[in-house]
Amino acid sequence: MSKIRSKVYVAGDNIDTDNIIPAQYLNLVPTIPEEYEKLGSYAMAGLPDDAAPFVDKATSKTPYGILVAGKNFGCGSSREHAPVALGAAGCKAVVAEYYARIFFRNSVATGEVYPFETAEPLVSEFKTGDEAELDTDAHTLTRLSDGKVFPLKDLGAVAPVVEAGGMFAYARKVGMISDK
Amino acid sequence: MKQTLTEKILARAAGRQTVTPGENIWARINVLLTHDVCGPGTIGIFKREFGEGAKVFDREGVVIIPDHYIHTRDEKAHRNVATLFDFAKEQDLPYFYPPWTNRYRGVCHVALPELGHVRPGETIVGTDSHTCTHGALGAFSTGIGNTDAGFVMGTGKMLVKVPETIRIVLKGKKPDYIAGKDVILRVIGDLGTGGATYCALEFAGPGCAELSIEDRMTICNMAVEAGAKNGIFAADDKALAYVRARTKKPFEPLVGDPDAPVKAEYEYDLSELVPCVARPHCPDRYAPAADCGDVKLDRAYVGSCTGGKIEDFEMAARVLNGRKVAIDTFLVPATVEVAEAIRTHEIDGKTWERIFAEAGCIPVSAPGCAACLGGPVDTFGRTHGNEVVISTTNRNFIGRMGSKTAPIYLASPLTVAASAIEGRIADPRKYL
Repeated sequence: MSKIRSKVYVAGDNIDTDNIIPAQYLNLVPTIPEEYEKLGSYAMAGLPDDAAPFVDKATSKTPYGILVAGKNFGCGSSREHAPVALGAAGCKAVVAEYYARIFFRNSVATGEVYPFETAEPLVSEFKTGDEAELDTDAHTLTRLSDGKVFPLKDLGAVAPVVEAGGMFAYARKVGMISDK
Repeated sequence: MKQTLTEKILARAAGRQTVTPGENIWARINVLLTHDVCGPGTIGIFKREFGEGAKVFDREGVVIIPDHYIHTRDEKAHRNVATLFDFAKEQDLPYFYPPWTNRYRGVCHVALPELGHVRPGETIVGTDSHTCTHGALGAFSTGIGNTDAGFVMGTGKMLVKVPETIRIVLKGKKPDYIAGKDVILRVIGDLGTGGATYCALEFAGPGCAELSIEDRMTICNMAVEAGAKNGIFAADDKALAYVRARTKKPFEPLVGDPDAPVKAEYEYDLSELVPCVARPHCPDRYAPAADCGDVKLDRAYVGSCTGGKIEDFEMAARVLNGRKVAIDTFLVPATVEVAEAIRTHEIDGKTWERIFAEAGCIPVSAPGCAACLGGPVDTFGRTHGNEVVISTTNRNFIGRMGSKTAPIYLASPLTVAASAIEGRIADPRKYL
């Protein structure tokens, strides 16, 4: 995939893993297909009650394929349920100023969501519901209302893992483990 | 080339002389820790990728300590523990510590070192962000997700980006009113929750000798709250004695070069620290406890991997001895060993358990993670309304202990106990 066109959901700084998937739902196991779907239905359910709903109750999916956030997105727990919940809900990418380490790593390892970092803060440039286009090859996010293009940072040391499609695919590609 | 302790451990794990911060290496992993919340998913990935008949990389290298959702009637939580029972049996794992048996231990990060699974110079990864606790004994130890854990389970290796090191130099004498929690809350307050992102947080300097092993665990446990990949203390004689009393396995400690280049260095004089809290809703919202006397509380909580160890309850007992709490006070020992200490250790001829009972605390619960992370609705100590909580735990994000509208203040057991007496945030010095 190189271009993701979608509505944007905007969140703030220090969105922690309890905001992304509250601990009471950690009894769900991501590798069990129906529980994977259930995790998606609870994505971002830990945000304060006055926040805009992320998931559409009728479909249990999100209309927001791109989540724009501020500093330290995904801080807190190591729960892989967090990028899984976003991915299972139908979110394709997070675009944040920077990430907590484990969330970033889990996004890369699972391939559930692209974890892009922005060159400049973007939370004031977008509002929830805006249409945008993310180009994962050119590393840009375009605001479709006026065509303004915002550059994203290079994925850095993890780029080969993202390109391979996750940790296992990468390890097979470099010969660390054998093919299935 | 001069190298930090973290770099030396990772170099050895990669079979090399040196490593450079920022590079990706394949590191050999000594111990993979998992629990009931992430274990079933990890096992699912392991089987999906390596096959139904696959064997773990090392039977003695996989340690499974269920602790999160144990004392609950939640059916899926029980199903998850059953998955661990099946897997431990199938793989014939010697280090499985299951509930409802006499092998149950409690919170994985307190049990792992108690059981001798943490050894200086080794590499530990765990499916829990607070796996950074184990740097207290001179190991490289970090939290990972299920996918990486599934990979480690099958290969014993992990792709690791070598972190830059931020060095925290401790000096001065630690006053008796200062706990490990006061040290780390101050450091996090200064660095910010993202201030050490991707970095190793290394504690060094003459002040380290002032800190007990449990203080060091409390400090390393919360390195992740500043974004760090790992927290680490070099293993001194105190640490080596702790480890040798708990394992017969050989290990080779490493020492970092004191003049190795680091990303940043900060110095703290322990004698100048004051009892403090982290205000809602972020662990970096530092404030001296003495400045928060206007905060009225509904609940006090002592427990968790960072605040439910033996010395944590000793601190609480010292303050509560002969006094009464004014608010609901929940006590959750991290492990069976801690629970035993509460029942048997004494101050002034009274067990800590009796001190807590006479102070009016809610009876001590069974060991486990309990309400530190909210959990299923029937979890002991979980918030359900607008309770204002002061807690020895490690996170105060919105909803962390259950209810989204229950604000949490983090503090040392001394400050939590003093605050429980007054029903508002209190500096513990007047009670010592």
